[in-house]
Amino acid sequence: MHQSILGYRGRRYLWAATALAALAAVAYAWHAPPEPPNGGTWLGYTLGTIGAVLILWLIAFGVRKRSYRSALGTVQGWLSAHVYLGLSLLVIVTLHAGFQFGWNVHTLAYALMIVVIGSGAVGTVLYLRYPARMNALRSGANRGQWLAEVSDLDQKSLRVARALPPEFAEVVASTRDRAVLGGSAMALLTGADRSRVLLPGSGLAPNPDQQATLSWLGDQLSRSTDGEQGARIQDLLTLQGARRATLARLRDDLRLQAWLEVWLYVHVPVTFALLAALVAHVLSVFLYW
Amino acid sequence: MSAHYRIAIVGAGPGGLSAAAHAAELGIPHVLLESSAAPANTIQRYQKGKHVMAEPAVLPLRSPLPFAAGPREQVLDGWSRGITARGVNIRYGAEVTGIGGAAPAFTLRLRDGGTVTAESVVLAIGLQGNPLLLGVPGEDLPAVQYTLDDPDEYQDEVIVVVGAGDAAIENALALARRNQVFIVNRGDEFARAKEGNLAGIQKALEDGRLTCHYRSTCARVERADGAQPFVLVLNTDQGEARVGCHRIIARLGATPPRKFVEGCGIAFPGPDPAALPVLSTRYESSVPGLYVIGALGGYPLIKQAMNQGYEVVEYILGRAIEPADHPLLAARFAPLPFGLGVDDTLALMQARIPLFRRVNSLMFRELVLGSAVHVPAPGDVLFRKNDYTSSFYTILAGTVEIELEPGGRRFRLGEGEFFGEMGLLSGRRRTATALAGPGCVVIETPRRELLKLIKSDESVRRGIDEYFVVRALQSSFAPDAAFEDLRGVAAGATLHRFRPDEYLFHEGDEADRLHLIRSGSVAISRQVGGREVVTSYVAAGNYVGEMGLLGRTRRSASARATVVTETVSLDAASFDALLDRNPALRGQVQAIVRQRLDANTRMTANAQAGDLISFFMQQGLGEATDVLLIDETLCIGCDNCEKACAETHEGTSRLDREAGPSFAHVHVPTSCRHCENPRCMTDCPPDAIRRAPNGEVFIQDSCIGCGNCERNCPYGVIQMAAVPPPKPGLFSWLLFGAGPGPGEAPAAKPAAAKDAPKKAVKCDMCKDLDGGPACVRACPTGAAIRVSPDRFVDVARGRA
Repeated sequence: MHQSILGYRGRRYLWAATALAALAAVAYAWHAPPEPPNGGTWLGYTLGTIGAVLILWLIAFGVRKRSYRSALGTVQGWLSAHVYLGLSLLVIVTLHAGFQFGWNVHTLAYALMIVVIGSGAVGTVLYLRYPARMNALRSGANRGQWLAEVSDLDQKSLRVARALPPEFAEVVASTRDRAVLGGSAMALLTGADRSRVLLPGSGLAPNPDQQATLSWLGDQLSRSTDGEQGARIQDLLTLQGARRATLARLRDDLRLQAWLEVWLYVHVPVTFALLAALVAHVLSVFLYW
Repeated sequence: MSAHYRIAIVGAGPGGLSAAAHAAELGIPHVLLESSAAPANTIQRYQKGKHVMAEPAVLPLRSPLPFAAGPREQVLDGWSRGITARGVNIRYGAEVTGIGGAAPAFTLRLRDGGTVTAESVVLAIGLQGNPLLLGVPGEDLPAVQYTLDDPDEYQDEVIVVVGAGDAAIENALALARRNQVFIVNRGDEFARAKEGNLAGIQKALEDGRLTCHYRSTCARVERADGAQPFVLVLNTDQGEARVGCHRIIARLGATPPRKFVEGCGIAFPGPDPAALPVLSTRYESSVPGLYVIGALGGYPLIKQAMNQGYEVVEYILGRAIEPADHPLLAARFAPLPFGLGVDDTLALMQARIPLFRRVNSLMFRELVLGSAVHVPAPGDVLFRKNDYTSSFYTILAGTVEIELEPGGRRFRLGEGEFFGEMGLLSGRRRTATALAGPGCVVIETPRRELLKLIKSDESVRRGIDEYFVVRALQSSFAPDAAFEDLRGVAAGATLHRFRPDEYLFHEGDEADRLHLIRSGSVAISRQVGGREVVTSYVAAGNYVGEMGLLGRTRRSASARATVVTETVSLDAASFDALLDRNPALRGQVQAIVRQRLDANTRMTANAQAGDLISFFMQQGLGEATDVLLIDETLCIGCDNCEKACAETHEGTSRLDREAGPSFAHVHVPTSCRHCENPRCMTDCPPDAIRRAPNGEVFIQDSCIGCGNCERNCPYGVIQMAAVPPPKPGLFSWLLFGAGPGPGEAPAAKPAAAKDAPKKAVKCDMCKDLDGGPACVRACPTGAAIRVSPDRFVDVARGRA
């Protein structure tokens, strides 16, 4: 019933793209122009036209995706075709160029296209792999529930800490207030924890993975001589340990989600750069030919 | 001390106000008795600025008071000016506790001990009922209240909420945000509460946000001098407890008005709580001189009630005016070939159709008003096999031909007969095609109107049930047998009703009968290695239990109802009689048995697939006709499904992708599953929720925004939403930065839009879009699919 974009409708676009690329390769091998193969021969023009039309059509995916009323196929079908036909450009455009590269606007367009296709390939792999990983991580829960759980654990911790000497409540409150989720793109993508905590005596300290708080609590527990107080600190440790695990899951989830989105920040802007370079490439060929 | 009037009107709602205003303008001695302190109590309790709608739009208003769609304040203001201008004699705080005597000398007893006498009485008390009182000393102190309009009105107070139902819990939770709240519960748990409220109150109690006194009852309310001006004294297990407080909110439920109405001597046709009192066409009840109008008489809309208020006064004065709906009926009957007036046409209908012969004439008029009358040309299709339409047809003249199989044998139904009851009862697809014969005139009654009638009239229910059994046998087992011949076999058939999770039969039982599922659905399961494995799912319109019956063995599997399920069972002897009649039947049933055995073996070996089907059934998908399922291993969380839904449906997404449970990577998001018998449809005052021929349940523009459907839907898929301002197009967003762009949230609403009328919105399966549901077509990865229940087994097998 459910099908991935690669397996869509018996991989029909894989076969279409393969046929297109194979046809181009056969024509290239068969074609024997007087000068070395290049974009200026009749085959070069044909492949160039196919490539340019394909690029424009691939860009149109962004329009189709936002045309919610469109009955022109499904977005999944478009994406499946987008992936396979996009990959076929590698063959078609390389043959169009006749393997001739240089420091010019033509090769710039080619290079930008490679970046777009490369980022797209990364995106495809991410789309196919990460949902299952996120799903395994979530196991039925969601981000809202985790955040509620963290805030719940914070409240419970504070309630326990209030029955202990004042510095406990201060540390718990500071751990809560100075906890950081997300932040910069780098922090999101690496899942690094940039939380900090104000510890009695040692001032503001980094609290990666909430370890500083847990260590401080462990330290206090080892020094505690009062049985009842020790039990309370033990409770606090358990609560904070659970809080750390939930925060780690949240961070992991955000990291996976960030990777699912970050490649588009390369794929889409570079596509527009490619469009500009492509226009320059086509105009220059016609103006200076 | 008693006063005497020509007309006493009980209840100052729209109907009562209109009646009193009309009596006042005619100069008739009258009194309007209202138990609360202001007119139109129910509408007073609407939230501020709520848009009141004036459906049905086609019905003209006939009242001395104004009424048009608009904000609550405008409607109330118009009425209060109207009653002042006309000099309506209204008595507030006058709760009528009983009505005795007979025309022309009724005695109305009031709670304060006073009495009122009148020649005629109009009951316009609606359906809300009076709230149950605390019934302890001090209950009349100003600290005690029975409603809570705006919980944010109070802060930093100590408030005691008495009661353990949903209203009490909702009030307590809302008040606890700004106040210290105690809740008084007679029992030791909140057994009556909805699941969401139960979870909410348990969490709040656990977190210490409010405190509950369990196994406690109120003893008395006293004034106090402490920090809190009042004290509520409770009887608890440990003796008396004193709770100082600023106010006490008692939410103990309401006395249903039926008790009171019956106490006045008014007869009801049956014990069903939804039954309406017996009324004449002039709104007169079984007690002469005692009239019933408005919601209590089965007319829930404001405009209907106001019209009846006017009309009832005219009738009491002995004037024969036509009801306001008269021109509507006249227009409806215009194409009929009989050349009769409205009343004569109605009488002809009741005379010709045995099913309706005994129905009270006011109810019948209402039924016809809600129905369509068709005069089709011979050969016209009334409905097609496999359509999802759910209306009921009665033949007023001529004949109708029923075709079970395309091109197969046709049956002829004649004048006075009915058809289409299968779709009506099971909510499934039509089992046959109906074509008009010569001289055909049919009445098409919407499902809702007929169900209303069935609840009030036992004779209609019995008539339909009898037919149903015979027709079910005919369409499942003996398409070639004549209707009359099957009546004998039908004698061996019985109707059953199963609760969810109740077993029709167990594995290993003696196989003595077969069940035809008339509504609901059944899960088939077997014991494998000590646990129950679901092997298949059988929808309404099919049968179960044929296997054992054919071979006279023991049950090879158990059958359990997944939702409320009704079946017609057939004993072994009757089944044999059917097999004897139709030798080809044995072969057909055997083919089905083979198919099922095959599926059973495959699914038994695949326990995970069975678990997935069980999960679907737990989610209530047993009553679904079309479900949105998301494969979590494909979903990238882009929310394009929600965006597509919002963009194609006036800015509000009707699905919540993230909400809802998952099992084995299959997620059931919060989205309409287009139930067989949609509960949202059961209580829609303007009857705005309809079912399209392809099965889509959708809401029409005539929605009045009352929110009943939102509350009735057990799956939380209906929301109340206003239409946001329009958005710029794709290219003006892309090139010129005009926002918000496609798929982006609408711009913050201007202040004026906050009071925009809200209407109910839900999934309509994009029935007006080419290409099908936008959510599925917009999913880039193919994670979202919509499936009908008959493909659940395929989904499950494909995954495991």
